[in-house]
Amino acid sequence: MAKTALMDYDEAIARFEPVLGFEVHVELNTATKMFSSAGNPAHADNHDAAPNTLVAPVDMGLPGSLPVVNETAVRYSISLGLALGCQIAPSSRFARKNYFYPDLGKNYQISQYDEPIAFEGQVEIELADGTRVEVPIERAHMEEDAGKLTHVGGATGRIQGAEYSLVDYNRAGVPLVEIVTKPIYGTEHRAPEVAKAYVAAIRDIVLSLGISEARMERGNLRCDANVSLRPRVAEGEPLPPLGTRTETKNVNSMRSVERAVRYEIQRQAAILAGGGSITQETRHWHEDTGTTSPGRPKSDADDYRYFPEPDLLPVAPSEELIAQLRAALPEAPAVRRRRLKAEWGYTDLEFQDVANGGLLAEVEATVAAGASPAAARKWWTGEISRIANTRGVEATSLVSPADVAALQLLVDAGTLTDKLARQVLEGVIAGEGSPQEVVDARGLAVVSDDGALIAAIDDALAAQPDVLEKIRDGKVQAAGAVIGAVMKAMRGQADAARVRELVLERAAQ
Amino acid sequence: MRHLGVLARIQLSDEEVERLTGQLAVIVDNIAKVSEVASADVPATSHPIPLENVYRPDAVGEMLTVEQVLQNAPDSADGRFRVTAILGEEQ
Amino acid sequence: MSADLTRLTAADLAARLSSGEVLSVEATQAHLDRIAAVDADVHAFLHVNAGALDAAADVDRRRAAGEQLGELAGVPLAIKDVLVTTDMPSTSGSRILEGYLSPYDATVVSRSRAAGLIPLGKTNMDEFAMGSSTEHSAFGPTHNPWDLDRIPGGSGGGSAAAVAAFEAPLALGSDTGGSIRQPAHVTGTVGMKPTYGGVSRFGAIALASSLDQVGPVSRTVLDSALLHDVIGGHDPHDSTSLSDTWPSFAAAAREGATGAALRGLRVGVISELPDSGFQAGVSASFRAALALLEAHGAEIVDISAPHFEYGVAAYYLILPAEASSNLAKFDSVRFGLRVDVPGGTVEDVMAVTRDAGFGEEVKRRIILGTYALSAGYYDAYYGSAQKVRTLIQRDFDAAFEKVDVIATPSAPTTAFRLGEKIDDPLQMYLNDVTTIPANLAGVPGISIPSGLAEEDGMPVGIQFLAPAREDARLYRVGAGLEALLVDQWGGPLLDKAPALGTEGRAL
Ligand SMILES: [Mg+2]
Ligand SMILES: [Zn+2]
Repeated sequence: MAKTALMDYDEAIARFEPVLGFEVHVELNTATKMFSSAGNPAHADNHDAAPNTLVAPVDMGLPGSLPVVNETAVRYSISLGLALGCQIAPSSRFARKNYFYPDLGKNYQISQYDEPIAFEGQVEIELADGTRVEVPIERAHMEEDAGKLTHVGGATGRIQGAEYSLVDYNRAGVPLVEIVTKPIYGTEHRAPEVAKAYVAAIRDIVLSLGISEARMERGNLRCDANVSLRPRVAEGEPLPPLGTRTETKNVNSMRSVERAVRYEIQRQAAILAGGGSITQETRHWHEDTGTTSPGRPKSDADDYRYFPEPDLLPVAPSEELIAQLRAALPEAPAVRRRRLKAEWGYTDLEFQDVANGGLLAEVEATVAAGASPAAARKWWTGEISRIANTRGVEATSLVSPADVAALQLLVDAGTLTDKLARQVLEGVIAGEGSPQEVVDARGLAVVSDDGALIAAIDDALAAQPDVLEKIRDGKVQAAGAVIGAVMKAMRGQADAARVRELVLERAAQ
Repeated sequence: MRHLGVLARIQLSDEEVERLTGQLAVIVDNIAKVSEVASADVPATSHPIPLENVYRPDAVGEMLTVEQVLQNAPDSADGRFRVTAILGEEQ
Repeated sequence: MSADLTRLTAADLAARLSSGEVLSVEATQAHLDRIAAVDADVHAFLHVNAGALDAAADVDRRRAAGEQLGELAGVPLAIKDVLVTTDMPSTSGSRILEGYLSPYDATVVSRSRAAGLIPLGKTNMDEFAMGSSTEHSAFGPTHNPWDLDRIPGGSGGGSAAAVAAFEAPLALGSDTGGSIRQPAHVTGTVGMKPTYGGVSRFGAIALASSLDQVGPVSRTVLDSALLHDVIGGHDPHDSTSLSDTWPSFAAAAREGATGAALRGLRVGVISELPDSGFQAGVSASFRAALALLEAHGAEIVDISAPHFEYGVAAYYLILPAEASSNLAKFDSVRFGLRVDVPGGTVEDVMAVTRDAGFGEEVKRRIILGTYALSAGYYDAYYGSAQKVRTLIQRDFDAAFEKVDVIATPSAPTTAFRLGEKIDDPLQMYLNDVTTIPANLAGVPGISIPSGLAEEDGMPVGIQFLAPAREDARLYRVGAGLEALLVDQWGGPLLDKAPALGTEGRAL
């Protein structure tokens, strides 16, 4: 395959105005599915479910089956709509989106079409330098997820070249809210940063509402990024129409959203500058190569033949319900940021570090679980982010706030040194269990048994018999050599301060 | 007509295409008839008996066993349904 | 055995079962014998339940143990193949579902089982309930017990024929545009389409979701009412199911049989449906029934329903649109037929399977529906048809200001000959002109036998329509007229039907 030409990013922005748009799908963590009482794999109870064990008749489109709406999913959707600053429709309807695909049990998706539950909102996001940007929301609607396909055979496990595919309907029917923005203008060179911050903001909102686990690596939150470019014109000249857009799918980390938008800007700019034109198509993001590739072009197959779902009735929330859900909303993201910054006592820089890493919720949960704000920040923006960067994954996907707090509590209790704690973290990330389990399994705790330490000190003194004399002569720093030898012998699992104490005691005898 | 066959996932023979093309007129006639009275001021009735806010409590209920899920499967493997390659050879 | 158990009404059989005079295994065996004797000719059944006698024995055991059982416990029941069942295949008359076994029972089936009814088997039907003659079954047509060369109506021809041929006292049907009432009309039986939402659709393989309704099929009004009492009522599995508390329909039918309901009853006759639109014997039977009602205290009132004539056009926009979507699930992936395409993609497999598995009429309606919904046509086609529903509802509302029930002939003609109209879809559609408005508006309708057409000796039915939720009124009125007619005939109309099978042959 020929290498795709890319234009230098700054040049691309100098010549074209990027226009963005996003469709974010949020999987709700209700106990059951959108239209059936089967367990929801996006709920914590069901993460380890085997294929096709969370299926009711309607999820696989069995003959005669009928959908019934999950009341909690409706409430969650209204809350999310309100948190997005949307109006809630006094009456909205489900519609059938008809298309054939093996992961779609009924060969139509129950979605909402011309009457979504929420519309016309805005989300305020904050960039690294503190700039605030309003992202306009067109609509948020309820729908159901599709099942999961696994492609077998062929080189890559990808759909292309596969011999056959396997279908698991556990995910079919998981409640989704799809949030669609209006075109976002004026982001200029910050377009990739806006993209990332927008997804981070949506993630913060759904986490604070408690309506989704929002784990991007698990597909709880999925982003399709629309990018188009329009040539810049001299002042006073009429604005050219919007350029043809592409929709990049499968962008499943905040970091990828940023990279994918940047990539599409550079790719489209190179095509347009070379006199070419952009094909309206969906493109797939490839995490490994940091590139996008064409999916299928938009075509007649996109004739979804929507019509109102005759098996379901209008959703007409009362004003009382809306008021009740509005009153129960968590504080607005901007308010929350100000509060957290004050509570945690972070400097501006420290706070931006956490916020821009999309780690506010993680730090908040880690603090809530008992870690100090300073320690929580240090873990998340330090070691965890470092590992995430090397591996090219999201920090939030590596470890849970509860485990980080537990780890820090072991440090605070003197069970672990910082260095040991980093090893335990690796164990937790490797899936070896909770911090305590890793400590136990790997035998990593600080040796607090004085007997073992004294034995090691005896060995060290035997090798360096003059040390005690030097200490008694007032050269206390001579203890360092013994402490070093003991720490080495204990493979770092000793508390250096305690060793020092014991050596000094010995000299005093 | 071929396009409709693609949308409906029915492999139509030439003979079927020809015959069905003629019958689309039935739909056209029906729409002409309906249009005589379906004026803008008439609201549409999607459900014969109006109801709204019909919900189910969010509590886990009956589910199918894997055996039941797969009981009519034309082909399956590893507890899942098996289908032929979704895409043809890479272009 | 003194009486032929297959000739009893469900109510009479139930009384004998309840008194212990007859065992359910005896009644069930009698019906299985009858099926063995006549169904080769009638072909009402696609499948006969091998577990029927076991189920009957279980009811007998429970009754003997003193358990309190439902009124119909032990009475055999034929089930239209559109309803899914765990112990018998459910094909909806289609090759694409041949051998399909549902992991769950339709609500009406599970309620019937819970009430102690004995499933005898699954009855034949037009494929996916598309048709008015049962000639569109993938498994061959059903024959009208009155004349085996004629159609039994459709789509539920199997259920109506089973009941008319004394193969079952009761059957379940489904009615999307007349599929219970029109077969009742052509077979001299009773068929009731309840108020939309009155009976659960859960487990009824959907044709057109906003029109489909499950209902009872029987030889008497009371029998339909008894079965309706069993299957009706709210079902949380069906969002469109009404949560109303329903009166006892059996009580309504029993009360109606006294004739009291007819005194002062205002019966509307639609002026836009002139007699000229109906076969002479059909109009004559209808007029005679009206005269009988009038003679017993009813008042016949002319009413206008100006939008009924748009009903057929609206119906044939809505039905194919919904059906094209409902039938998309038959794609060879999870159940049903799969036709392999060597080297083909899953898309090819789906397309070839659907071509091979669906009959011509089904493909025709799927294509028409796909067209009616495709790009840009939704509002003009489906949307406009939905407006006609509003207008028809308004016609009904206005009419029911003036009358208690509306009466029409149940269908324009008596049973035509098999093959006579199969190549003329439009003509077949006109068959539905009287039945369709009830489905569009959601109101209940019942067809009961009104007599035989003079010119061909075939049965004719009269249809009564009532406002939504007034199903009990139809049982009252239907039972009232039925009592008068049976009196006049000197016995049930079906006594006039020719003998079938071995009983018809010289011994
Ligand atoms: Mg979308
Ligand atoms: Zn979506």
